[in-house]
Amino acid sequence: MEVIVENTVNRANQDVFSETLQALAATDRNIVVVTSDSRGSGKLVPFGKKYPAQIVEVGIAEQNLVGMAAGLASAGKKVFAVSPACFLTARALEQIKNDVAYSNNPVKLIGISAGVSYGALGSTHHSLHDFAVLRAINNITIVVPADNYETEQAVQQVAASDAPYYLRFGKKPMPLLDETEQTPFEIGKGRVVRQGSDVAIIANGETVYPALQAARKLSAEHGIEATVVSMHTIKPLDEALLAELAASCNAILTVEEHSVNGGLGEACASWLLKNRFAKPFDILGIPDEYTVTGSQVEILNHYGISENGIAGRAKALIESA
Amino acid sequence: MEATKDVTLTLHNSLLTDDSSLITHHLSLKSTEYRRNILKYIYKAKAGHTGGSLSCIDILNVLYNEVLNVSPETFTSPDRDRYIQSKGHCVEALFVVLADKGFFPESDLETLCKYQSHYIGHPTRKVNGVEQNTGALGHGLPMSAGVALAAKMDNRNYRVFTLMGDGELPEGSNWEAALTAAHYKLDNLCAIVDLNGLQITGPTKDVCNTEPLDKKFESFGWATRHVDGNDVVALKEAFDALPFEKDKPSVIIAHTVKGKGVSFMENELKWHHGVPSEEQYKIAMEELETVTSIK
Repeated sequence: MEVIVENTVNRANQDVFSETLQALAATDRNIVVVTSDSRGSGKLVPFGKKYPAQIVEVGIAEQNLVGMAAGLASAGKKVFAVSPACFLTARALEQIKNDVAYSNNPVKLIGISAGVSYGALGSTHHSLHDFAVLRAINNITIVVPADNYETEQAVQQVAASDAPYYLRFGKKPMPLLDETEQTPFEIGKGRVVRQGSDVAIIANGETVYPALQAARKLSAEHGIEATVVSMHTIKPLDEALLAELAASCNAILTVEEHSVNGGLGEACASWLLKNRFAKPFDILGIPDEYTVTGSQVEILNHYGISENGIAGRAKALIESA
Repeated sequence: MEATKDVTLTLHNSLLTDDSSLITHHLSLKSTEYRRNILKYIYKAKAGHTGGSLSCIDILNVLYNEVLNVSPETFTSPDRDRYIQSKGHCVEALFVVLADKGFFPESDLETLCKYQSHYIGHPTRKVNGVEQNTGALGHGLPMSAGVALAAKMDNRNYRVFTLMGDGELPEGSNWEAALTAAHYKLDNLCAIVDLNGLQITGPTKDVCNTEPLDKKFESFGWATRHVDGNDVVALKEAFDALPFEKDKPSVIIAHTVKGKGVSFMENELKWHHGVPSEEQYKIAMEELETVTSIK
């Protein structure tokens, strides 16, 4: 799709989400944003000022946020329901399951400040469960854009679709994944952002960039060549790409800012096991424990979801073969 | 039961000289017909929410025959009135009315709760005429508020109705939506509470008291009205008076009798989802056989 937001690098995906939505709203009065006192963290203050008739505030009431969003969508509105991922996908899970997915109301659920973006605010504000719970619900596509380009494309594509989606964004400024030519973004198709045959590193969201850095480090320091994939769509999973990676790479490592239970890694593991993948495989994510306290970067570093951590895990995986 | 028969017979014997008495007569006959069909299909399926379907059927009768601007022909129109049944478990009441209004052949209900049938124990959009999939409680009001808000945003004149049970009122999502509906002045939204006073554990006032219900809604910014929810005339008058106040959502607190129309089911907790035996079914149908359907 056409690039409609100016390409300035290193902005938070949430910012790009908001700007893309403003651009869409300029020509489509049916675009409606629903917020639960979350327009500030959703970077939607400018949207609200520019299009006050197209933003609905429900107050801090996530169940009502999603229920009303479903009602609005059923009446023809193109609804983006925006709330921190931690609350949206837990507090309002039954509304997502019934009012959006089961009733097939085409709400775009936008989980902001996802993963451990809120850092030291603690586990109440972390969303390490959202992939797992939503993967088990029929009729919802789960998309986790990695950079500003993927974000803009994803927002445009879901706006043009008459189906329910969950989009997950972090608030850290993200560099473009520019190692290869800008491969096209298509929901449901993973993007290969680097080629190598020693190991495939499959990541999503804000973990793709450190995976790419890790791949460069492995190449420079150890001569290990890694394929890096932005598997932005967790469901439906790009099984054709997984088949290619299984055939072409000697090991597979998945990386995600999510619990190791039920997320990207287990989605890949399920397909690979069913398809007789017998090479080394590992899942890097947040372990099943009380999450260490600290900033987002400190938490991710603690669990090895970093350039050095991913490189070390990938190297160890290859050496285990 | 006796009261229903008496009203019906009285109307049969009266001179039907004006439109309003004709309408009343028609509605009374319809209520009886619907009650018979509710029992018929629950009996056949050996499953269903009997007591609640019988308590709310007069409300559905008046809505679909006198109030809602919707038909099988207009069901996809953006300007149709919407009805969302929050108390989804009383789907048998909705199904018999939708069948009567021509949304699907009544014979479809022979498959109620059968393998691969769309006619399951809660409303789904797989059934023509059903607006939203419901069943989990506390969902109808938020969705209805969303639809009503869309009407305001688009300057459309349709109205939105949702039927709630008194037992589902402790769900917090109802009160989140009640706040928002008042905040956005949704006077095109009407909630009806089927206040039959019983839920699966016992009397609603003993399980989790919601009284004074009118004051609660009023304090949330709603306009309220009490009505005998098994009196079709009173119900019609209430619906005709909507909105009760400009710029406010309306709630009709409909005082009903669970199991209404069948003497041994009325106000008996076991008929929440009790299914009649063959003998009970015969007795119930005999009590309701004073009239046959008119179209």
